[in-house]
Amino acid sequence: MSIRRFALAALAGALLAGPAAAQTLLNVSYDPTRELYSEFNAAFNKHWQAQGNDAVTIQQSHGGSGKQARAVIDGLRADVVTLALAGDIDELYKLGKLIPENWQERLPQASTPYTSTIVFLVRKGNPKGIEDWDDLVKPGVEVITPNPKTSGGARWNFLAAWAYAQQKFGSEAKAQEFVAKLYQNVPVLDTGARGSTITFVNNQIGDVLLAWENEAFLALKEEGGNNFEIVAPSLSILAEPPVAVVDKNVDKKGTREVAEAYLDYLYSEEGQRIAAQNFYRPRNPAVAAEFAEQFPALKLLTIDQDFGGWQAAQPKFFNDGGVFDRIYQAQ
Amino acid sequence: MSRRTSPVIPGFGLTLGYTLVYLGLLVLIPLGALFVHAAQLSWSEFCAIISAPRVLAALKLSFATAFAAAIINGIIGTLLAWALVRYRFPGRKLIEAMIDLPFALPTAVAGIALTALYAPSGLVGQFASDLGLKIAYTPIGICLALTFVTLPFVVRTLQPVLADIPREVEEAAACLGAKPLQVFRHVLLPALLPAWLTGFSLAFARGVGEYGSVIFIAGNMPMKTEILPLLIMVKLDQYDYSGATAIGVLMLLVSFILLLSINLLQRQIGKA
Repeated sequence: MSIRRFALAALAGALLAGPAAAQTLLNVSYDPTRELYSEFNAAFNKHWQAQGNDAVTIQQSHGGSGKQARAVIDGLRADVVTLALAGDIDELYKLGKLIPENWQERLPQASTPYTSTIVFLVRKGNPKGIEDWDDLVKPGVEVITPNPKTSGGARWNFLAAWAYAQQKFGSEAKAQEFVAKLYQNVPVLDTGARGSTITFVNNQIGDVLLAWENEAFLALKEEGGNNFEIVAPSLSILAEPPVAVVDKNVDKKGTREVAEAYLDYLYSEEGQRIAAQNFYRPRNPAVAAEFAEQFPALKLLTIDQDFGGWQAAQPKFFNDGGVFDRIYQAQ
Repeated sequence: MSRRTSPVIPGFGLTLGYTLVYLGLLVLIPLGALFVHAAQLSWSEFCAIISAPRVLAALKLSFATAFAAAIINGIIGTLLAWALVRYRFPGRKLIEAMIDLPFALPTAVAGIALTALYAPSGLVGQFASDLGLKIAYTPIGICLALTFVTLPFVVRTLQPVLADIPREVEEAAACLGAKPLQVFRHVLLPALLPAWLTGFSLAFARGVGEYGSVIFIAGNMPMKTEILPLLIMVKLDQYDYSGATAIGVLMLLVSFILLLSINLLQRQIGKA
């Protein structure tokens, strides 16, 4: 391993030795934020220059949330990370010591400037009459969701179903039975959210897709609403994709100031509006009121209050031997 | 007076040194790192990881589908190579060029295209599902993707060998009274078999490690259609580096043993 360290250090040295050109910022993010950040980057650049700074080149990188976190741990020089779950950013502290342990306390709202939730995307006219989580465990209904072991979004899906069952039946054993039944209706476990969307939309497999709300809206917007519609379940989970400055990288590159301003700007009114226009639920109450019509009102549980945070939920549900493994081994 | 014949390419020391550095950087160090990382596990931890039911199911699936795909390509690839070498027909050059396309195409693209075609609602899949046959999201689908990805190996290894067997050899055998099947069995097969085995083992080895195309068509159901490379990704997504390397080592060892036995078999055939 020391050889790899050495090679990385040599590479980093070569990069540092180059002339100090205009500042560049690398935002390492997860899959569905592509559209959001292309719009936000342009807006931030305008704002940054209006404050008398030089233009900054912002690069985006997108991929599965866990893979992106690993790339940063392995040496990808991200200035900021904007990932799907806090659990992935926690690993930057645990495995890489790239950020402090209390990273989530550094920005308002536990460092999540926007939120989303999990909704159902069904075929036009809702032929199977899917209204709530109960309908997903009925025989003959095919549910499309990615594998929670490899997809951050799928973990939110799983927890939303679990939360519903636990509220309804009141016990963990019953909840496990419920999700086991639900996953028996899943014919394909794609590795990522985009893969599941392809399976459902292009390959026409399944009756309902469990999707990020923003992905569902985006899919509707792109195909004009002719083939699909969105169904909001009675209860879902508040998906909180957090953001963080990667301390070790910005200190090395001297980009801390611009990186912090970049994340702060996500909380500004304009940043919030851009998030809402890209179908993320804004945190700012004024902006949220502006877009109230766009987002269906539903009861949302949170990972921190209802599951004891990712630190507790990840090992309990998704690590080897966790609940998800058990429902497949029982079959 | 005998003189040592000098090799065509001069500089033995230089070329050997270059080869060793090259091999070391590209092959030995990454593979060595894998073993070093796996060595951090105790023996019982290692055994526990590789004997988990899910890992064993994936191991069986990965090697069985890769083997089946290599066999299919062994047959179809031989026919293809034969047709391309022995016959002249319109469009031959086109087909010749198309053979290598599976290598050029990003495997993910191949996987998505095959899934779209062979899914129950797809162009081909709908006929199959009328017959009660499911292709995508079953081991058959995995086998199909592997067959596509490894198609060029057997064709390309057999072609030059076939081209080197003059047609007169077959004619001579026929003149001496051999029936077509006998010509194939006693004249062509012995000449082709070593190259065929090479093509077969290349296709097999490539198939075992294939990830990109399979992931879309497999369905990835635990215990049923989960391939070993996917389990490695699953472990990595849990930041379980040692678990991932343990499975990697397992794959390497099994592949190595199988490839070694194919090599030994080849030597036996060469001697006979």
